[in-house]
Amino acid sequence: MDTNGATTSSAAGGGSTSKSSSKKHSRKPVISTFTIIGIIFIPLGLVSLSASEKVVEIVDRYDESCVPSDYSNDKLKFIQNPSINKSCVRTLTVPKLMKSPVFIYYQLDNYYQNHRRYVKSRSDKQLRSVSDEKSTKDCSPEDKTVDGPIVPCGLVAWSLFNDTYVFSVNSKTIEVNKHDIAWKSDKEHKFGSNVYPKNFQSGGLIGGAKLNSSVPLSKQEDLMVWMRTAALPTFRKLYGKIEQDLQANEKIQVVIQNNYNTYSFSGKKKLVLSTTSWIGGKNDFLGIAYIIVGGLCLFLAVCFILLYVIKPRPLGDPSYLSWNRSPAGHPN
Amino acid sequence: MTRGRIRARLRLSHLYTFACTRPEATEEGPHSIEGPGYSRIVHCNQPLMHKKKPFKYRSNYISTTKYNFFTFLPKALYEQFHRVANLYFLAAAIVSVTPLSPFSAVSMIAPLVFVVGLSMAKEALEDWRRFMQDIKVNSRKVKFHKEEGVFDYKSWKKLQVGDVVKVEKDQFFPADLLLLSSSYEDGICYVETMNLDGETNLKVKRALEVTLPLDEDASFKNFTGKIKCEDPNPSLYTFIGNFEYDHEIYALDPSQILLRDSKLRNTAFVYGVVIFTGHDSKVMQNATKSPSKRSRIERKMDYIIYVLFSLLLVISLVSSIGFAVKTKFDMPDWWYLQPQNTDDYYDPRKPVLSGVTHLITALMLYGYLIPISLYVSIEVVKVLQATFINQDIQMYDEETGNPAQARTSNLNEELGQVDTILSDKTGTLTCNQMDFLKCSIAGTAYGMSSSEVELAAAQQMASDLEDQDVERSTDFRQKGKQQEIELETVVISEDEMVHKSPIKGFSFEDSRVMEGNWLNEPNADVIMLFFRILAICHTAVPELNEETGSYTYESESPDEAAFLVAAREFGFEFCKRTQSSVFVREREFKLLNMLEFTSKRKRMTVIVRDEDGQILVLCKGADSIIFDRLSKNGRLYEEDTTRHLNEYGEAGLRTLALAYKRLGESEYSAWNNEFQEAKTTIGPDRDLMLENIAEMMERDLILVGATAVEDKLQKGVPQCIDKLAQAGLKIWVLTGDKVETAINIGYACSLLRQGMKQICITEISSDAKEVVKENILLQMTNASQMIKLEREPHAAFALIIDGKTLAYALEDDVKQQFLVLAVQCASVICCRVSPKQKALVTRLVKEGTGKTTLAIGDGANDVGMIKEADIGVGISGVEGMQAVMASDFSIAQFRFLERLLVVHGHWCYKRIAQMVCYFFYKNIAFGLTLFYFEAFAGFSGQSIYDDWYMLLFNVLLTSLPVISLGVFEQDVSSEVCLQFPAVYQQGPKNLFFDWYKILGWMGNGLYSSLIIFFLNIIIFYDQAFREEGQTASMPALGTTMFTCIIWALNCQIAFTMSHFTWIQHLFIWGSIATWYLFLFVYGRLSPSISGNAYQILVEALAPAPIYWLATLLVTIACNLPYLAHISYQRCFHPLDHHIIQEIKYYKKDVEDQRMWTRERSRARERTMIGFSARVDAKIRQLKGKLQRKQPSSEIHSPARSS
Repeated sequence: MDTNGATTSSAAGGGSTSKSSSKKHSRKPVISTFTIIGIIFIPLGLVSLSASEKVVEIVDRYDESCVPSDYSNDKLKFIQNPSINKSCVRTLTVPKLMKSPVFIYYQLDNYYQNHRRYVKSRSDKQLRSVSDEKSTKDCSPEDKTVDGPIVPCGLVAWSLFNDTYVFSVNSKTIEVNKHDIAWKSDKEHKFGSNVYPKNFQSGGLIGGAKLNSSVPLSKQEDLMVWMRTAALPTFRKLYGKIEQDLQANEKIQVVIQNNYNTYSFSGKKKLVLSTTSWIGGKNDFLGIAYIIVGGLCLFLAVCFILLYVIKPRPLGDPSYLSWNRSPAGHPN
Repeated sequence: MTRGRIRARLRLSHLYTFACTRPEATEEGPHSIEGPGYSRIVHCNQPLMHKKKPFKYRSNYISTTKYNFFTFLPKALYEQFHRVANLYFLAAAIVSVTPLSPFSAVSMIAPLVFVVGLSMAKEALEDWRRFMQDIKVNSRKVKFHKEEGVFDYKSWKKLQVGDVVKVEKDQFFPADLLLLSSSYEDGICYVETMNLDGETNLKVKRALEVTLPLDEDASFKNFTGKIKCEDPNPSLYTFIGNFEYDHEIYALDPSQILLRDSKLRNTAFVYGVVIFTGHDSKVMQNATKSPSKRSRIERKMDYIIYVLFSLLLVISLVSSIGFAVKTKFDMPDWWYLQPQNTDDYYDPRKPVLSGVTHLITALMLYGYLIPISLYVSIEVVKVLQATFINQDIQMYDEETGNPAQARTSNLNEELGQVDTILSDKTGTLTCNQMDFLKCSIAGTAYGMSSSEVELAAAQQMASDLEDQDVERSTDFRQKGKQQEIELETVVISEDEMVHKSPIKGFSFEDSRVMEGNWLNEPNADVIMLFFRILAICHTAVPELNEETGSYTYESESPDEAAFLVAAREFGFEFCKRTQSSVFVREREFKLLNMLEFTSKRKRMTVIVRDEDGQILVLCKGADSIIFDRLSKNGRLYEEDTTRHLNEYGEAGLRTLALAYKRLGESEYSAWNNEFQEAKTTIGPDRDLMLENIAEMMERDLILVGATAVEDKLQKGVPQCIDKLAQAGLKIWVLTGDKVETAINIGYACSLLRQGMKQICITEISSDAKEVVKENILLQMTNASQMIKLEREPHAAFALIIDGKTLAYALEDDVKQQFLVLAVQCASVICCRVSPKQKALVTRLVKEGTGKTTLAIGDGANDVGMIKEADIGVGISGVEGMQAVMASDFSIAQFRFLERLLVVHGHWCYKRIAQMVCYFFYKNIAFGLTLFYFEAFAGFSGQSIYDDWYMLLFNVLLTSLPVISLGVFEQDVSSEVCLQFPAVYQQGPKNLFFDWYKILGWMGNGLYSSLIIFFLNIIIFYDQAFREEGQTASMPALGTTMFTCIIWALNCQIAFTMSHFTWIQHLFIWGSIATWYLFLFVYGRLSPSISGNAYQILVEALAPAPIYWLATLLVTIACNLPYLAHISYQRCFHPLDHHIIQEIKYYKKDVEDQRMWTRERSRARERTMIGFSARVDAKIRQLKGKLQRKQPSSEIHSPARSS
């Protein structure tokens, strides 16, 4: 009996203390989780956004304007006629100081480098070593000519981008560094230093750029960049680097050799000059997404706090157990 | 042996009045056996006649296996490819060897072979076990008549119809036999039919008079005969046939037929002729095919697979149409693909062909939506779960050394969804042992021990009252009447159990009558009479146990044995029976007549002459029967005895009333003349006449008292039933026993209680089937009406039905009504049911209610229902192994069922449900990203991920966490499961695997896939992702996306789990680490192996902060809705296990024990059965009484000394 009473009183006391303590603790895991995520995400978003803001980018679409007006109705004819001079001059204005290095990209649009037929049409073996020159089984129809296997074979290499850009400021040519635009692993391991282009673009159909057959593949960085196929039909690829600062409001003259055919599938071509920061190129989306998710978390935290204020439920309150809630519960 | 011979001299049939005279009644003529259904002809002792047609019947070889050596491969393969998913994977595997496949062939074939191989190996092993069992049975030996009166042994399987066999004591009958003669002169023998109907009491079989001389080997030299009888059928209790012997035809009935799998007892030997062999025998006809069972979740999974299939088909169609359109209209412009030089697959001129071939590619590419690894994982998880069940020390029976065993692991989660339990009685609920517990003599109750039911109820009541005490002491000491309740009900103290008598069949304790003290009691003469009736009025035979020098008793019913043991303990030892006398100690009682017990008479009377020459009529029988036959001055103790009988009945005891009368010599001889005359009459009226004359004698009796025998329940049965009832389970008892016994056990198990309305459906005796059926229907309609009109909220109904009536009730046009009625009743008891009927009832419940049924039993007679039910549980106790062999789970005792269901079932259900849901989520989240990418790749069938990522996704990177979820997850601990049985209802209500939940998870998967894909491509599609200016190529984007998937999915599972041990942590975080490790190692390999993924982590991704930032963003964004959802649910719509988790987490259960115990007692489903319900009813009743008495006394402090 005594023990009974004792437990009763202590139990009652325990109940009240646990109630007060539970008020303090309540929702804590939920609200604190959301709050912590919010607190981490919003600064991260702001930092990313500011990094993105620092990036200066010039985008110039030239596929339309680089076609002479008399060909504007039949651009395909223009691009497919080798005898027409394809050069074209564009002037770009630097909006803000662009610190070295300034990266030069070409951007293609509506171009399915990720098409299965395209992706598969290459031979990594052949690129790597001379001895595997003949392994061109996936490369059809650009696998061999009457003179032997094509090196590098396949549609990817065959359709290599061949527009060129020459930059000058105030008629002074700006040096474009085309070294180290490809991945080091490509240069050292995937494209052989003793593999030279052979029979390339010598067939009936000429695709894109021709390669200097005296330069080994390991030095053909444009090819390497091109052969890292892009994931989406709109993509940028590195063309080169300008290793000097470009001052604000400077006018840059670009002489473009507009050779590459995007007119048949009405794809756009753009020339992009961009600096980078630690997050890479201009990428506002990342920062914004972080801020949105962080904000959402804070919002949820506030919601839960409000809901709790309006409709509190002490944790571990047995009155919420199903048998205490349902009217059909056990009579007792 | 000697014993047998001594007894063989007795012509026991002379003792009997009713049972053994019956065959003569049928001797009026043979049955008219004509027409279809009665074509079997057996040439006795001429097995050669049965070597060829038309008398060639099935051999005695039995086979219970599903497959044989040749059919295994085709049949098992057929079973496997019955599953839609497997069929799909088979098709995929076939296509994978063609160039259409987007993946390598091995990655498609290996998992399929593994899954199918594993399942088939399991099947093979199970069938092998059955095969070994069959071999054992088939090669048992039996003595048969070879030739010229010589008997020899041969194995069972070689036995033929027409063989004469000699079966010896304690052997099983090898086939259905016609009894010719036995070691007893009058051709009777005792048979134990445990394997057929679960009863252990012996049944008497009796040979025809004409074959009695055939009682030795030599006499079979020239024996021939011809049996014409019914064709094989499953009815155990009927047999119709004629026996042609010596140019005469005799009718045969079930009492001459010895059924296969029953056992010869107490008889040295019998001779018999084989009638039905092997699968023709009645017991084999009763066997039901073992079906391959699949759990509810698994069946539902099929539907989900269909849904996913449709989804797969839809997106594949979209893909292929998209591809065809792109190919036709856009591709001619894509000069870089050289559209003019393509093969058929990409030919813009044949868009339809490319579309169709692409469909196949797409079906395989998106095959990730259909998780093949789900089946592997489920198999693995279930095997591990089964190991847990097998290893559970709390389900290990120390006495027999039997652990619980999950014999088929594919029903684990079904244990968590059981709605109705169908239980056998004998051997399952009871031990089949009777204990003499109490008696009422001359209106005084003796016997202090309490039945288990009383003990259990008292404990429950004590705890309930304690609870009320506490409440009262806090609730400003409100008035209560607990003191009185206590006085009235809790009368037993528990320590009495400690010195319980060790004598088997005797648990009586009362110093007033023990050790000769009864002599000092006021009514000593009545008490003596009482004991005498116990010692004399029976049909048992004593056997001297030579070691102990005491007697044991062999009787037809275990009650009688208990009476005799009791009489022995009181000093009235029955020690000898001769043809005409019964010896109790040294006293001889001349046995004049015996009117034995039949189920119709419900009483038994002996007329004896004691040593003083006084003629006594001693009678025992059902109380109502006896009370009707009392004389006016014999009702002295009627009121008290009735009260006691009610108490005993309520305590679940089997009661009999005892009465006697003295008879004058002349009175007796007058009656006896009449009786003898009636006995010798020949004709159809004889039975009736005998009954009338017996009735005359059993009149004007004087009541002596009543006995109460406890049909010993197995340990923990009432508690277990109570818990199961609280968990919301319905319990039906299906027994081969008599109605009275079954009702008693109903009381003992608290399935019945005082105040419950019993609905007994019985059959009226009428020849016209339609009339009987009509009547049964009427009874059922009335009962339903009664239930409908009942207004009292606590009213409970019990349905009691016997086998014969059930046969009508199970007919197609009636059964639905029967089911409706049965479902409305709190408890259902079916008595005298055959194994086949058990199976039929089970099927009715299973199919009629559509809910999960569990059948539990221990004997061969339960095999049918064990196989039929969704889950069959066998008791691996004492008798036989057939039930266990047929079962899905075996446990050593009924009480382990609670843990098996409430703990393991609950866990397994939740584990599998969550696991399956998560699986679908994960595969949708992953599979759809492939589809989205298609839309951006011209629907060309290109995958953004490396082949290796895809292969490892299901095998390595996400498999272990989900397996640990399936094996270790527990929402609440096992103690809590047991303390809060109501939590079990989450399973039967299917809260975790309903379409709402499943679609929710699928929606979550869809959301995740969208987030993963689109966030990544927006971040990476054009801009440089590094300070060095490189843009992301396809492998870089694919790898980043895959990293996000691994993180998001593994975090998701971490949020899903509620129970963490180091194993879960290891698996979840280990999976993520494994991904990075794999990427590192894969990137390190030569580019000829790693291809585009060469050095991708080290060189390209890891140094780029944006890679890590994207991973973090996507992971959180994917899990945010789920997190918000569960937080919301937990906060505002918590489920029971959430609250309990919180209580446990804040240690509230320790701090506030009162609350904890209160909740425990409330955590039950509203139940009408079990002793808690009984206690509640009792309390209600008492409260009602108390309210009438105005509360006057001041309450005492809630003190209770014990």
